[in-house]
Amino acid sequence: MTKTIHIGCGAGFAGDRTDAAVPVVADLRRRKGPCFLVFETLAERTLAAAQRQRQSDPDAGHAPNLLEFLRPVLADCAAAGIRIVSNFGSANPRAAAARIAELARDLGLDDLRIGIVEGDNLLGVMAENELRALPALEGLDAAAGGMIAANVYLGGAPIAEALDRGADVVVTGRCADPALVVGPAMHAFGWDIGDLDHLAAATCAGHLVECGAQVTGGYFADPGRKDVGGLDQVGFPIAELSDDDGLVITKAAGTGGAVDLRTVKEQLLYEIHDPSAYLTPDVTLDLTEVSLAAEGPDRVRVTGARGAPAPETLKATLSYDGGYLAEGELSYVGPNARRRAELAIDILRGRNAARGLNQAARYDVMGTMSIFDGDSGDLRQAGSWPDDGEYRVRGALRSMDAAEAKAFSDEITALYCCGPAGGGGLRTQVTPQIQTSSALVPRARVRPQVAVVSAAELT
Amino acid sequence: MGGRRLYDIAHARAGDKGNRLNIAVFPFDDGDFAALSDFLTEARVLAHFAHRGATAVRRYELPKLPALNFVIDDVLEGGVNGSLGLDGHGKSLSFHLLAMPLDPASTE
Repeated sequence: MTKTIHIGCGAGFAGDRTDAAVPVVADLRRRKGPCFLVFETLAERTLAAAQRQRQSDPDAGHAPNLLEFLRPVLADCAAAGIRIVSNFGSANPRAAAARIAELARDLGLDDLRIGIVEGDNLLGVMAENELRALPALEGLDAAAGGMIAANVYLGGAPIAEALDRGADVVVTGRCADPALVVGPAMHAFGWDIGDLDHLAAATCAGHLVECGAQVTGGYFADPGRKDVGGLDQVGFPIAELSDDDGLVITKAAGTGGAVDLRTVKEQLLYEIHDPSAYLTPDVTLDLTEVSLAAEGPDRVRVTGARGAPAPETLKATLSYDGGYLAEGELSYVGPNARRRAELAIDILRGRNAARGLNQAARYDVMGTMSIFDGDSGDLRQAGSWPDDGEYRVRGALRSMDAAEAKAFSDEITALYCCGPAGGGGLRTQVTPQIQTSSALVPRARVRPQVAVVSAAELT
Repeated sequence: MGGRRLYDIAHARAGDKGNRLNIAVFPFDDGDFAALSDFLTEARVLAHFAHRGATAVRRYELPKLPALNFVIDDVLEGGVNGSLGLDGHGKSLSFHLLAMPLDPASTE
């Protein structure tokens, strides 16, 4: 008799819909067997931004929408024994746990047990010059700005440990996205780090559901070509994973969206480079023998994921101060709009050259396939675009110097009065930036820590 | 105008890692996979992204799906880290690839 666990996804990124988990939990409550709800809310830059917040406020630095995600579902999950696993600890898992404990007490759930996974934060464990000297994987050659954050991707084992010790909610900082599913699978099935094909199936499941609606019709729909109904109420995915490595991807009942061969195929290769070697802390996943089969409405069976040993080193993201991004936009519409837009760019170039701006800027004319273009504007110059129409000028510049960034966006503002006729719809912004690079850390330097405490104790 | 494009026979999804982009391409009809594989070479994809400074393309074949996965180096103008463009992730670039004419003699 095979045993099956059910893992729903409640969020695929920090900015995801906060009501998406409600139908997922309603569906999970009708299922037999252990159920889990995962929220993936951590991108590379999200964590560095959170680390900055923590530096100015020791109680900050967790996922900003943490309570918005949990409030609609926490009581139902606790009542039904659906255990929650999320990386919304971000730069501060303890602060996240304290927020969750407050919410639990408000809901009368004083006995809720909260697992805290730490050890991903390498600042303080390794010196900054040691971190900078780690073998680089990709990203910056040399970072100009100071280091803000250094976090290593943890695997599923510490999450499984928290669940083994009775956690109802597990909060992590940086972990590999699929680990949010691998952890529950290791816990439920007793799988260990050497069970390569088992971990491959769990990693494949995690990879498919961790981006939420991207496997159920989001980031997919194309009217008339790839039609998907009900995206305003798109259902988030549920993975059914068995101890014989069986895997079915489906979605919450009574929702919009779709799970079919095409939606699953697209997500299977999302952000994958070599499909024979997707590296995670738990296993090296080989997708080359994976095949998909439709198994009824909104159900796709996934078979053939294979595992090889995980790499000797763990990946870490190093984040640095990236200065400022200055941007500004202004529209020109109607007769001769394209030539007025080009004139605006000529004026900006002249102004910035005269001021001795020493950073490279980019200028776009939206309406000329600008989003496909390079910084050089080659596509715009090679194409032929009608003079009449709707065009929007955009300028962008990066600088470590806040004053220089502001001066650049101010020049775009000044086009209102000093630029071509009929410019309207001005928007400008200067935003602080974070730069990241990836490095490899020896496993011996990484020590995950797990604590499990009740909501009543966590104040 | 009017020539067939890759869009007419395939769908695609883009994903980023640093300054590197992957675009997975899937034929709507599995029977087109062989023809798609003959047509959509690494060299052709590299040329299609030359204006963005792409330096190398590696193609992986997954006949069981079926799918082709392209990994395109240095195509994101620095990526989310450093791009001055609006779409530093390159999320829109799957549709730039799908706009490729299927008859190489024709142009866009």
